[in-house]
Amino acid sequence: MKFVDEFRDAAVINKTAEEIRRLADPSRHYRFMEVCGGHTHAIYRFGLKDILPDNVELIHGPGCPVCVLPMGRIDDGLSLAKDPNVIFTAFGDMMRVPGTQGSPLEHKARGMDVRIVYSPSDALKLAQLNPDRHVMFFAIGFETTAPSTALTVLRARAEGVRNFSVFCNHVTIIPAIRAILDSPDMRLDAFIGPGHVSTVIGCRPYEWIAKDERKPIVVSGFEPLDILQAIVMILHQMRAGEAKVENQYKRVVPWEGNRAALKAMGEVFQLRPYFEWRGLGFISQSALRVRDTFDEWDTEQRFRVPGVRVADPKAAQCGEVLKGVLKPAQCKLFGKECTPEHPLGALMVSSEGSCAAYFNYEHRKAALTSLSWPA
Amino acid sequence: MCLAIPGKIIEFAADGGSRATVEVAGVRRKVDLGLLQEDMPVLGDWVLIHVGFAMSKISEQDAVDQMNTLRMLGESEQAMQEVRGYGLERE
Repeated sequence: MKFVDEFRDAAVINKTAEEIRRLADPSRHYRFMEVCGGHTHAIYRFGLKDILPDNVELIHGPGCPVCVLPMGRIDDGLSLAKDPNVIFTAFGDMMRVPGTQGSPLEHKARGMDVRIVYSPSDALKLAQLNPDRHVMFFAIGFETTAPSTALTVLRARAEGVRNFSVFCNHVTIIPAIRAILDSPDMRLDAFIGPGHVSTVIGCRPYEWIAKDERKPIVVSGFEPLDILQAIVMILHQMRAGEAKVENQYKRVVPWEGNRAALKAMGEVFQLRPYFEWRGLGFISQSALRVRDTFDEWDTEQRFRVPGVRVADPKAAQCGEVLKGVLKPAQCKLFGKECTPEHPLGALMVSSEGSCAAYFNYEHRKAALTSLSWPA
Repeated sequence: MCLAIPGKIIEFAADGGSRATVEVAGVRRKVDLGLLQEDMPVLGDWVLIHVGFAMSKISEQDAVDQMNTLRMLGESEQAMQEVRGYGLERE
């Protein structure tokens, strides 16, 4: 409640929450999945769970790129960092994600040349500044970041930079949603669609969810009011017995997406036949690789990548949490062996990971409450 | 990484390329406009930036709202750190 009270639109928020209570049928239980990790973070941060009626449950989806990356890919990428000729670059989010031999940051502490970049174009620039060494960019992200990597590869080719390559771990959101819908232990009524991914892909790719699966999906912004409005729109559809794709985030998301971004992605990347997702297993056509015509800028073509497969620690239940089958606190390791300070799974590392979000807001809040109880 | 950072375009690159200087809460950095080729912004326009690339044009009000959202999410410092990091600290 606290964060909502601080929000400038507190009155509107309360009114919207009232509307949700009015629209939700008290005799049934609703399960809506927010696909995007940014939404998960916002939901915890703003305490939206507390203002929703008990029978409207939000299930956290797989939309956290760091979280869905299997440990083997981290090991694969880091294995190349051992080459003293290689500069390993990645976004800051990746730096604390554990591989079997430690995180990129720990590799840096052991003397390997591991550097944070905030943009793929800075990795390219680093290559231009270090012509005698090879700069590999550990690329992660859904369609929000994939176009930037693509454009960077196009620039590398245009500018003739040959000591730069991309270790491509870009994934695509639609097959992940399909895998979740196909999962037998999953029952969902509707989706809150990702905001920024949709800026790129638009709203059309979701149409099968409405048409074939008969489930509403509403693309939403990240303010508390956006998310609540998306829930209102979903409930309106359900009351009318409809299932449609709707866009609550029109101020940023065009229905058709960003054509220039899609074009750059199409030019540089092609779909992998399959790719392993942490928790969801192998999903066909769910990730991107660098096209053969850009071999020279593909880390996997230029270097011998070991292709490591690592099973998650047995006790950790990252997969169940990623699929929304378990809540973060239901994992046996949550808050004990696995904390944001000492993460065992990636869901505890990224602010978009549901475990970290839950730990930082719900778990700490509960701990504070129990501490202050005697007073 | 998944932060969407609002910035105002204050100068286009002199080389006629697709880079432009944006201002984000007083900090100026170069970003890439190559993904807005089909709907190029003009001077003074606001854009949402992801990992150093402008991804969409937005209104000034939406830019203010987005900065507020980042603040409320506790991500504004992280966003500024990202912006300061663009261009490897070189202008």
